[in-house]
Amino acid sequence: MTAVAAQRLIMAAVTLLGVAIIVFVLLRVVPGDPIAMMISPGATPADIAALRAHYGLDTSLPAQFFVWLKDILHGDFGTSISLHRNVLGIMAERLPATLELAFASLVFAALLGGAVAVFGTLVSDWTAAPLIDTVNGLFLAVPDFIWAFALVLLFGVFLPVLPLSGRIDPGLDERFVTPFYLLESLATLRFAAAADVLRHMVMPMLALGLPLASIITRVLKESLREAMVQDYVLLARLKGLSRLRLVLQEALRNAVAPTLALTGVQFTFLIGGTVIVERIFAYPGIGNMAVDAVINRDLPLIQGLTLVFGALFVVVNMIVDLLVVATNPRLRNG
Amino acid sequence: MDDARGGWPMSEVAPHWISESLRACIRDPKVAAGGGFILFLLILALGAPDFAPKDPLEQDLILGVTPPPGFAGAEPGYLLGTDDLGRDVLSRLIWGSRVALTVAFVAATLAAALGATLGLLAGWYRGWVDATISRLVEIWMAFPPVLLSILLVAVVGPGVGSVIGAIAIIDWTRFCRVIRAETMGQAKTDYVTAARAIGFSPMRILVREILPNVMPVLIALISLEMGIAVIVEAILSFVGLSVSSDVPTWGGMIAQGRQILHQGWWVLAAPLVALFLTVLAFNLLGEGLRRSLDPVMRR
Amino acid sequence: MSPPVLALSNLSAISDRDRAPILRNVSLEVARGETCGLVGESGAGKSTIAKAILGILPRTIRVTGGEVKFEGADLLKIEIGPLRRLIGECIALIPQDPMTALNPARRIEAQLTDGPRLWRGLDATAARALALRLLDEVHIRDPDRVLRSFPHELSGGMRQRVLIAAAFALEPRLIVADEPTTALDVTVQKQILRLIRNMQSAHGTSVVFVTHDLGVVAQICDHVTLLFAGRVIEAGSASRLLDRPAHPYTRALLEACPRYDRPDAGLRPIPESVIADLYAELGQSGATP
Repeated sequence: MTAVAAQRLIMAAVTLLGVAIIVFVLLRVVPGDPIAMMISPGATPADIAALRAHYGLDTSLPAQFFVWLKDILHGDFGTSISLHRNVLGIMAERLPATLELAFASLVFAALLGGAVAVFGTLVSDWTAAPLIDTVNGLFLAVPDFIWAFALVLLFGVFLPVLPLSGRIDPGLDERFVTPFYLLESLATLRFAAAADVLRHMVMPMLALGLPLASIITRVLKESLREAMVQDYVLLARLKGLSRLRLVLQEALRNAVAPTLALTGVQFTFLIGGTVIVERIFAYPGIGNMAVDAVINRDLPLIQGLTLVFGALFVVVNMIVDLLVVATNPRLRNG
Repeated sequence: MDDARGGWPMSEVAPHWISESLRACIRDPKVAAGGGFILFLLILALGAPDFAPKDPLEQDLILGVTPPPGFAGAEPGYLLGTDDLGRDVLSRLIWGSRVALTVAFVAATLAAALGATLGLLAGWYRGWVDATISRLVEIWMAFPPVLLSILLVAVVGPGVGSVIGAIAIIDWTRFCRVIRAETMGQAKTDYVTAARAIGFSPMRILVREILPNVMPVLIALISLEMGIAVIVEAILSFVGLSVSSDVPTWGGMIAQGRQILHQGWWVLAAPLVALFLTVLAFNLLGEGLRRSLDPVMRR
Repeated sequence: MSPPVLALSNLSAISDRDRAPILRNVSLEVARGETCGLVGESGAGKSTIAKAILGILPRTIRVTGGEVKFEGADLLKIEIGPLRRLIGECIALIPQDPMTALNPARRIEAQLTDGPRLWRGLDATAARALALRLLDEVHIRDPDRVLRSFPHELSGGMRQRVLIAAAFALEPRLIVADEPTTALDVTVQKQILRLIRNMQSAHGTSVVFVTHDLGVVAQICDHVTLLFAGRVIEAGSASRLLDRPAHPYTRALLEACPRYDRPDAGLRPIPESVIADLYAELGQSGATP
C-alpha cells in the first residue's frame, strides 16, 4: 500500500517536472522581448541590462531553469512583470476564487447528474423514460463554452436577474479576511454577502457543471441499470423493499465506484475549463488571470499559474485514487 | 462475443467490408443527420461568395444593429440582422464557416495522425516506448488545454495555421490513449499471432493488420475531434488570437456580440447557434460512425 | 387434512414476443411442511413457475389463465402494494448463485436484518440478536465476525448459509429454493442440502425445490412434479416416482442420471423417440409449440 502510494508520488513529481520543463522551454522561444514592454522611454542600455538581470534573463537557458526550479522549491515564484508583485502572493489571492468555483461546479454536477440518473432508474419502465437519455445525449454534445454564452443570452438579455461578470458586487461594502469569499461569508453568517457571491457564481458554475452533470448522468445511469439486474437486488426486492430503497441502498453503492473514477478525470477537465469560463464571466480566478498573463507575456506569472494547474491535476488524480480505494470494500482491506 | 472482434484476414474481406460499412453508415439516422448537416455546411463554406447575400466586410453605419425580420426596426434583406458596424450577420456566418471547417478538418486529421502513430507504437512495443509515451500523455493532460492552446498561439503568433498546429499538438493525446488500448487488445488476437508467426515485420502488421481494425474507432474519434476543434477555434477567436479581425469567424462574432449584447443579442445568438449545431452534428456523426463501422457492435 | 400452503391450478402462460406457450395448464399443490421438487430440463418452465410464485414474472411473459393461490389468496390478483408485503413476509427465496446474491457493498448484518427491520419493526439491537441466532442456527462459527464481514470475505458455502439464514429470518410459510446447490462444490452441496432439510423440518416450512437433478430430489423432496415444455408430465410422491416411474420420459430421465445406490449402472442418454412422442402428445393436446 505504502509502496503504491510512494510510486504515485514519484509519478506525480515527474509529471510536474515535465510540465515545468515544457512551459519553460516554450516561453523561452517566445518572439518578443518581455523587457521591451517595461522600459520607460528614457531608459539607457544600462537600465535595460539591470532589468534583465533583475528578472534573471541574462544567463543561459539551463542555468535560468535550474535557478527558477530552485527558487520555486523555496517557494519563490518570482515577480510578475505586468503586475509588479510577488507571483506566489497573487496566485494565493486568486486561486481560492477558482477553487470555490470548481468545487461548487463539481457539487452541482454530482447532485444534478446523480439525481437525474437515480430518477431515470426509478422510472425506467415508464413509456417516456427513453426521453431522458435522448435529452441527456443532446446535452452531452454541448461544451462549457457554448453553455456560457447561452447563459449570457438567457440571463443577460431575456431574464436579466443575474450579474454577468465579477465575483462580488463592488458596491457591496464587504471586507474579507481570507480570499475564500463564499466559505468565509458562510462561516461568519454574512448571508447577504454569501448570496451575492453565489449569484455571481451561478452562471460560470452552470457552464462548467452542466457538461459534467450530463456525463455523470450517463455513466451512473448505465452502472445503475447493470446493478439493478443483479441477483442481490432481486433478493432485496423479494424482501419487500421499495423501489427507491432498491435503487439507493442496493444499486447505488455498487454503481458509484465506476462513476467516481470517471468523475475525477472529468473534474480535471472542468478545472481546465475554468480558463475560458472565467474569462467569459470576468471572474477573478487563476484561469482568467492566466489568459491575461499570456496576452501580457508575463513569463513568471505564466510559469507559476501553469504549475498550479499542473499541481491541481496531480492532486485531484491522487484524491480520486484514494476515494476509489476507500469506497470499495474489496480494495479497502486488501 | 467480444473476443471475436475482427478475427478475419483483411485482404479477402476488405472490399466487401467497406461497401457494407458504407451502406450501414448511411442507414444510421445519427450519421444521416450529422453527416447531412456537415455536408450542407461544407457546400455553404465552399460556395460562400455565391451563397452569402452581402459582402461580409461591407460596413453600413446607418444600418448598424438592425434586428432580424419579425422584430421592430428590421430591414429587408438582412435575414439575421446586422452588427454594430452594419455588417450582415448571415453573410459573416456563412463566411465564418470557412475558417471553422478548415480548422476542423485539418486539425483533427493532424491530431489523429500524430496520436494514432504514437498510440500504435506504445500499444505494440510496450516496455520503455509505452512508458515514455504514456508519461508524455500524462504530462500533456496536466495542462489545461485552453491555456496551452492560448500559450502556443501566443508563442507562434496568431493565424489559422497556428490554431491548427496548436490543436494538433494538444489533442493528440485523445487519440493516443484510445488507440494504445485498442492496439494492445488487437496484439493479443489470433490473426496477429499468426502474422507474427509467418514472420511479417512489425511495421507491416501494424499497418496491414492492426490499423484497419482500429480504423472504426479512429474515424469516430476524428469526427468528435472535429467538433472539439471548431470550439477551440472559436475560443481562440474569442480571446483574439485566431485570425486577423477582417476575416469573419464565429468566435470573433461571439466576442463582438458579447460587447454589444444589450443592443443586439442576435449578433451573439447567431454564431452561437451555428457553433452548437456544428458541434452537435460532429458528435452525432462520430457516435453513429462508431456504432455502424464496428463490425462486432453492428447487430 | 389442512389446506395446501401453495396451490397452482391450470396455470398457463405465453411469451409476449412470439406467443409461444411457456406453461400449459400446470397444477400442483404444496402441503404444509412439505418439500415439493420442481424438476425439468432448462426451458421446461420451472423457473417461470418459481417467478410466478414470487410475483416477479417479467413483462415478456403473460399469464393467460389459472391461479397461483398462496394460503387461499390468488397472488396474480393482489395489488402490488399488499403483494410486496405478503411475499416479503411470507415467501422467501434461496437463490442459485451465492456469489452474486449478496450485495458486495453491504455488510452481512445489514443484509440479514433488512426484512425483520422492515416488517417486524425491530430496532438495531433486536435485529442483531435475531441475526446472531439465525447464523448460529445455520452452523456458522464466529457469527459476530461474519455479521461484520462483507460478502467477498466469505466462501461460497458460507454465503449460501447466510442466504439460507436470511430466507428463514421472518419465519416464512413458503420457501422457493432455486437450484441452491448447483453453483457449489460437490463436497459442500450435501451439507447445504442437509441444512435446508433440517431448517425446513425445524421451522415447519413448505419448500418448492427447483432442480434439474433427480439425485437431489431423492435426498430432499417429499413430492415431485416433473415438467417438460411447460407441461406436467408426471407428479407424485418422490419415492413412488423414483422407484416406479409411470411415464416413459420419467423412466428415460432416471436412466440418464447417475444413481448413488447403483453406481455400476451405466448412464443412458434420453432416447430421441421419447422426446418425439412427448412433442406429439403436446401437439394432440391442442397447445401448438
